[in-house]
Amino acid sequence: MKKKGLYQLKKSDNKIKEYTLSVLTEDKAGLLNHITIIFNRRKMNINSLNVSTTEITGVSRFTIVVHSSLESATKVVKQIRKLVDVLAAFLYEEHEIYYQEIALYKLSTKIFLKGDLVEKIIIRKYGAKILKIEKDHIIIQKTGTKVGTQKLYDELKKFGEILEFARSGRVALSKKKRKTVNFIKELEKTKSNKLNI
Amino acid sequence: MNISGSEAVIKSLLKENVDTIFGYPGGAIMPIYDALYNYVNKINHILTRHEQGAIHAAQGYARVSGRTGVCFATSGPGATNLITGLNDALIDSTPVVCITGQVPSNLLGTDAFQESDVIGISMPVTKWNHQITNSSEIVEILSKAFYIAGSGRPGPVLIDITKDAQFSKTKFRYKKCEKIRSYHPYPVLKSEKINDAAKIINQAKKPLILVGQGVLLSKAENELIKFSEITGIPLASTLLGLSAVSCDHKNYVGYLGMHGNYGPNLKTNEADLIIAIGMRFDDRVTGDTTKYAVNAKIIHIEIDPSEIDKIIKTDVAINADAKEALIDLNKIVQKNSHEKWINEFRKCDKLEFDKIINKEINGSYDKLSMAEVIHKISEFTKGKSIIVTDVGQHQMVASRYYKFKEPNSNITSGGLGTMGFALPAAMGSKIGNPNRDVIAIIGDGGIQMTIQELATISQYNIKVKILILNNNFLGMVRQWQQLFFDNRYSFTEMKNPNFNKITDGYRIKNKKLEKREDLDKVIKEFIEYDGPYLLNVIVEKEENVFPMVPSGESVSNIRLE
Repeated sequence: MKKKGLYQLKKSDNKIKEYTLSVLTEDKAGLLNHITIIFNRRKMNINSLNVSTTEITGVSRFTIVVHSSLESATKVVKQIRKLVDVLAAFLYEEHEIYYQEIALYKLSTKIFLKGDLVEKIIIRKYGAKILKIEKDHIIIQKTGTKVGTQKLYDELKKFGEILEFARSGRVALSKKKRKTVNFIKELEKTKSNKLNI
Repeated sequence: MNISGSEAVIKSLLKENVDTIFGYPGGAIMPIYDALYNYVNKINHILTRHEQGAIHAAQGYARVSGRTGVCFATSGPGATNLITGLNDALIDSTPVVCITGQVPSNLLGTDAFQESDVIGISMPVTKWNHQITNSSEIVEILSKAFYIAGSGRPGPVLIDITKDAQFSKTKFRYKKCEKIRSYHPYPVLKSEKINDAAKIINQAKKPLILVGQGVLLSKAENELIKFSEITGIPLASTLLGLSAVSCDHKNYVGYLGMHGNYGPNLKTNEADLIIAIGMRFDDRVTGDTTKYAVNAKIIHIEIDPSEIDKIIKTDVAINADAKEALIDLNKIVQKNSHEKWINEFRKCDKLEFDKIINKEINGSYDKLSMAEVIHKISEFTKGKSIIVTDVGQHQMVASRYYKFKEPNSNITSGGLGTMGFALPAAMGSKIGNPNRDVIAIIGDGGIQMTIQELATISQYNIKVKILILNNNFLGMVRQWQQLFFDNRYSFTEMKNPNFNKITDGYRIKNKKLEKREDLDKVIKEFIEYDGPYLLNVIVEKEENVFPMVPSGESVSNIRLE
């Protein structure tokens, strides 16, 4: 019998779950490609991806959502950390982060004028916002989880055709009290391992 | 004073103490070659006959010397010809800096002549890459390139420089890179991990050390021997770890892996502790991972955190440089001996000798066997040569029968298994360490993949010895076809050219060896000759390499026949 004293892979480690990766990087051309090929090579599908600058000049944040086992996700995070231009990579389960996505819905103005139903139910119930009203179309904006924006989509559809729909990738911040600037400063001081993350 | 970007490239290389460049010129790198022309007294350039030859030579140079190998290539096909070597260097952790020319920046993305997306193509096969489009970047990026290639777990770096950046002027103030905020190659050794490991080591009854290339890369050979001698723990080596421990050390129990020795493979599943040092549990070592080291706790000393728990789950993971970790372990591990356990390996050795080795080295085939030729060379050189092997049966036989005595003596394409590696890598090895004998051991298949490098060897009189073990077969594939594909020899037999006539054409001394009675005399002549020498040895056509762990099976299923 194999005695595994100190490390025990839990059964739950192999369960497929949603994980959010938050990756801080140098702002370097080609890095997106470098990160995505790590997923590609392991046949891991990216469900959502968002890249943006951060509060620190020259530092970008990638937020990547995958469905994976903990084991595979951990291995991918280690490979991402290994990239020279990656400052840090964090792996989160849903309860460890604040996260949002934004969705835009383009509807025909005619539907909107059918009554106050849309405004009452949709806007109030879902906390959505009317971004723009044009002669022939209107734009509704909602931020929330994918489930929430999808529900709104389904409801709106009942009133008529949705002309166009777009949803952003997830953005997320950790629930830990941490200041990225300080974190980067610590990285700048050390030649050794990326901090214990 | 401002200088051209091209001159800045050459001056940067000089600042990094580069003494040799392996390369091949072409349109997009001509300004750099032009700048090089003024520095030929300070820096050696070897014109290979193919860019793949250049990068494998740079790899060989790096592996024997521990310094970063450098190669030049032009844009487009020049750069794409480097890809195999880059991948090889990445998977075998070899420090190489490749500089490629690129079309002028205003033509990027236009499908210009010899334009290729080299950054995109090389991304998965480099530790780092970068495109320079402005000469002002050259100095900083090159110093970063050398720092990244050579630090931590080494690897290949590619720097692509557009032609306009090579031409335009820049200031030259070189500052060696010592830190990159996003890159932290030196892990902090945690003393509690060392304590945890020592506890397990002190209690183990049947421990086994697996020696990987990390030991050589961190120059931890002496610390490793000390560790083994204090604790009495037997040492087994991976393919790339070979030569880190002298094969005649009393605790050395042999070579691991698919065609390794019987003892260390079989005993992996009896061991109660595996101490893996600077190795990555390659599938050629582990076989079926679910049936690997089934009774053992695992201590993994490894500099690259992504290798820890990647294949085999550890009980104690020591993310550290091998040498640092061993120095600290040596301070606290208890003196011990495991003679009974080591004797079990010796029993396996005896069985392996009786069933395989004896027959192989003592001329029981009609024709010469690969093993008897290697055995003879090993005896004649007293295990002190640098052996550069290609990929296939001859590689496994060389790894089994050459008895290495000195570190950094085994240069082979391990992870990627690149046929065509050995001939150019041997050139680089000889240049990287001119004081030692370098013997390239190559099959009749592999030699034909980079045979053009005989011209380089001839032009620069690189004193390498080239041994072709010629069975007119792609022997390893044939062996698998025989054992696992019902003897269906699908496209593995080769009607070869006359290698001696070819070598004559390159003006390199050569000989054909067929008869057993000539073996001693010819090997002596081959080794002692002062200059490049190719020896074409006709060996047994259908010799199989045993022992063998069949692909995907447990190491316990190692077959002696």
